[in-house]
Amino acid sequence: MLVQLQGPWSLLFGRLTLSALPYDNPIIVATFIFAAIAGAAVVGSVLYFGKLGYLWREWITTVDHKKIGVMYIIVGLVMLFRGFADGLMIRTQQVMADGPHSTGVLGAAHGFIPPFHFDQIYSAHGTIMLIFAATPILAGLGNIIVPLQIGARDMAFPYMNAVSLWLTTAGAALVMISLFVGDFSAAGWVGLIPLTELPYSPGVGVDYWMWAIQISSIGTTLNAINVIATIIEMRAPGMTWFRLPVFTWTTLSTSVIGLTAFPVLGVALALLGADRYLGTHFYTAGDGGNLMLYTNLFWIWGHPEVYFLVLPAFGIFSEIIPTFAQKALFGYVTMVAATLTIAGISWAVWLHHFFTMGAGPDVNGFFSIATMLVGIPTGVKVFNWLFTLYRGRLTFTTPMLWAVGGLFLLLLGGLTGMMLAEPAVNYTVHDSVFVIAHFHCMVLMITFAIFGAVIYWFPKIFGFPLDERTGKMFFWTFAIATALVFLAMFALGFEGETRRLDYLYDTDWKPMLVVEEAGMILYLVSILYFVKMLYVSLRDRAQNRVSSDPWGTARTLEWMTPSPVPFYNFAVTPQVNARDELAWRRENGLENVKPDHYEAIHMPCNTAVAPIIGVLTLAFGFGMIWRIWWMAGFALLGIIIVVIIRSFDKNLGYELKPEEIEKMENQAELGGIVAEQPARQPITEAEAH
Amino acid sequence: MATKIAAGAETLLWHHGAEGHDTISARTLGFWLYMMSDALIFASLFAAYGVLDNPFNAAGGPIAQQVVHPLEGFWQTIAVLGSVLAYSLATVALKNGSKIGVVHGILGAIVLAVVFLGFEAHDLLGLIAQGDGPQRSGFLSVFFMMIASHGLHMVFGILWMLVMLVQVARSGFTGDVVARLLNLRLFWQFQASVWVCVYVYVYLLGGF
Repeated sequence: MLVQLQGPWSLLFGRLTLSALPYDNPIIVATFIFAAIAGAAVVGSVLYFGKLGYLWREWITTVDHKKIGVMYIIVGLVMLFRGFADGLMIRTQQVMADGPHSTGVLGAAHGFIPPFHFDQIYSAHGTIMLIFAATPILAGLGNIIVPLQIGARDMAFPYMNAVSLWLTTAGAALVMISLFVGDFSAAGWVGLIPLTELPYSPGVGVDYWMWAIQISSIGTTLNAINVIATIIEMRAPGMTWFRLPVFTWTTLSTSVIGLTAFPVLGVALALLGADRYLGTHFYTAGDGGNLMLYTNLFWIWGHPEVYFLVLPAFGIFSEIIPTFAQKALFGYVTMVAATLTIAGISWAVWLHHFFTMGAGPDVNGFFSIATMLVGIPTGVKVFNWLFTLYRGRLTFTTPMLWAVGGLFLLLLGGLTGMMLAEPAVNYTVHDSVFVIAHFHCMVLMITFAIFGAVIYWFPKIFGFPLDERTGKMFFWTFAIATALVFLAMFALGFEGETRRLDYLYDTDWKPMLVVEEAGMILYLVSILYFVKMLYVSLRDRAQNRVSSDPWGTARTLEWMTPSPVPFYNFAVTPQVNARDELAWRRENGLENVKPDHYEAIHMPCNTAVAPIIGVLTLAFGFGMIWRIWWMAGFALLGIIIVVIIRSFDKNLGYELKPEEIEKMENQAELGGIVAEQPARQPITEAEAH
Repeated sequence: MATKIAAGAETLLWHHGAEGHDTISARTLGFWLYMMSDALIFASLFAAYGVLDNPFNAAGGPIAQQVVHPLEGFWQTIAVLGSVLAYSLATVALKNGSKIGVVHGILGAIVLAVVFLGFEAHDLLGLIAQGDGPQRSGFLSVFFMMIASHGLHMVFGILWMLVMLVQVARSGFTGDVVARLLNLRLFWQFQASVWVCVYVYVYLLGGF
């Protein structure tokens, strides 16, 4: 059944040999030293301060949606940094390798990266940025904010929530391992077919890419189920559908997309896996395979995935802008309708990713018009935000800067998107960096929303704000860097530069390439400001403790909880009376009315099952990638056994006593996200009945 | 705006005891959502089958008409529907609170599912033995993948049923066990519906 491979294979180590370690590559060795020092610093400080037990009890085994969300965001930020490092290398290679007389160092004919390594870098850059940076950060934000915005105690399935996190983390870990053990896919983040087939990519690179995405996408699908069930089942009394905050609406739409799109990706990759492992002919160039089957299946997921990322960003703008314009969101109902419309149309536009593949004018025409239709609901949204700003009492805090900056990028990305929706234009700029500049405007709009959201909700979760002064420096350096890199890239696209080039033949491109490189260096500066922002805020946290509504003009339910949010969220479930509940209470002078008494709260216990499943999945993925069959087999068996054992577990959670709640309500830090909780006895079956 | 209500003295701001949501309903909804994503897996597979079910993709090997056996498939259909019936009888027994009825129903469902899988294994192994395995052509790849994906669902369903047999015997009808039995019923009917589609699309359309 199994495909015969070239090269060595042993029962114990599969395809893994010592030569898989790229110790002869100076770039990777330097990266490894950096990662080893950083890793040793983290592990060392955890051990030095004796925080291992705390980390295990309060974080790794947690089922609290806020902690899970924070861990998603940390994973995402680490991967964002890695993806940025890849981007920096791509840009530096291109500026160095321009023209036949450009010199080469470190064994490259031009620039400093040989072609095969360069191909891996841009493949990793795309895969990481979309699937292991943007997706986890947005999933984390949804995890943290949605239950708070609907007045829920937790997600509908807290244990499954933890499983989703650890599956995503296992996928991200595989991508990181590929850096130091073996190599990564060199076939682009989309997995260009038939290049990903075994005869053309005989190494483990494509397997790393395939399994990492497959594993993390299972986590994303489970998370989507969880979010939808939470929003449908767990809303507080009075939280009717048309009182839902827009961020919750967009997260719901996004989860519907995630639930329906990710299985298609799963099938596309599973069929590729069958080709690579079992020797089937789904996508092979001969023997009855069909290349376009892969391309279609991939983009049937791929385009909804774009809106999967964009919609939460729109939701974030819809939360930040009303807060800092001190007005209700303009056109709430049209905003919701536009969100759902975008989610719906997202399923009918996938072919615009390959207009030039010869589908013919009728098919191209259909997908062209469908793509342009997206402009209508998006336009509705933009005008709603503008009308919210119009005659508002604007305060330009850092989150507001990110939101307004994001609107500019949306305009730029959206208008160039309209150009690309035209097949005739597509034939001209197809595969040029014009397309790259277009979609980077869109994903950077998402990044702007992410940074805005992190800064906006940070004080709610941690009880102290991020520093505004360094935050503004972070914003301006990042925004100017974005303009430098991508405006120059639009120009280069029109000048004919195609994408994914490790060597550029045209020396006329040099000036714009230098501008791009300057932008990349400015990005590096912005990262320093980001780190400084974290450092300054942490250092001064004691002076900057905030109350429940740190911005003073927030409108939605999450701002009614103490800051930092206690782990049980709301001491008493709020009764929702209006669309913007907090704004309504403020207008009626009710914002400080506390519940008259507290009742016991039933909470779920932490579980080690979720991280165990994560580790086993990592072992399964690693075993499959290197074809270490015993490892993959035992890991899979282990997962099944762990799941079955857990189904026999009768842990009924524990009860939080009213006195404890009262204490934590009066002193929020006691129940906050970094506080260590005392051991609480799980309730027995007799008590439960 | 219709949502602006002036607050009076009687305005309710906090809702004591509102947290007890219905766990069985949440779990059932969650399971329906899971089935939605699983249905999309099969939708993609059917799409792939539609693309690769073409003499060109048979690459000189057998086409659908030469590999499917609609009559054998008919007996398989009877087995899988009988298995669903047996499980439904278990659910009736669950309603009556009869442990032994539930156990008997599930056992019947397992036996019929194993019969089904026996037919399927015989069918697929026979094809492999005569050199028409999934590596033969694009068409046979998708044929095997389609059948095996459904078969894998049945294997996991059987495993789930075995676990439930133990749980029903050990702890009786607790909230957890009942929720799982109800979701298992959904799952079992889901895989049967998928099989009906496979039978029509692959066996009947291919065979005649």
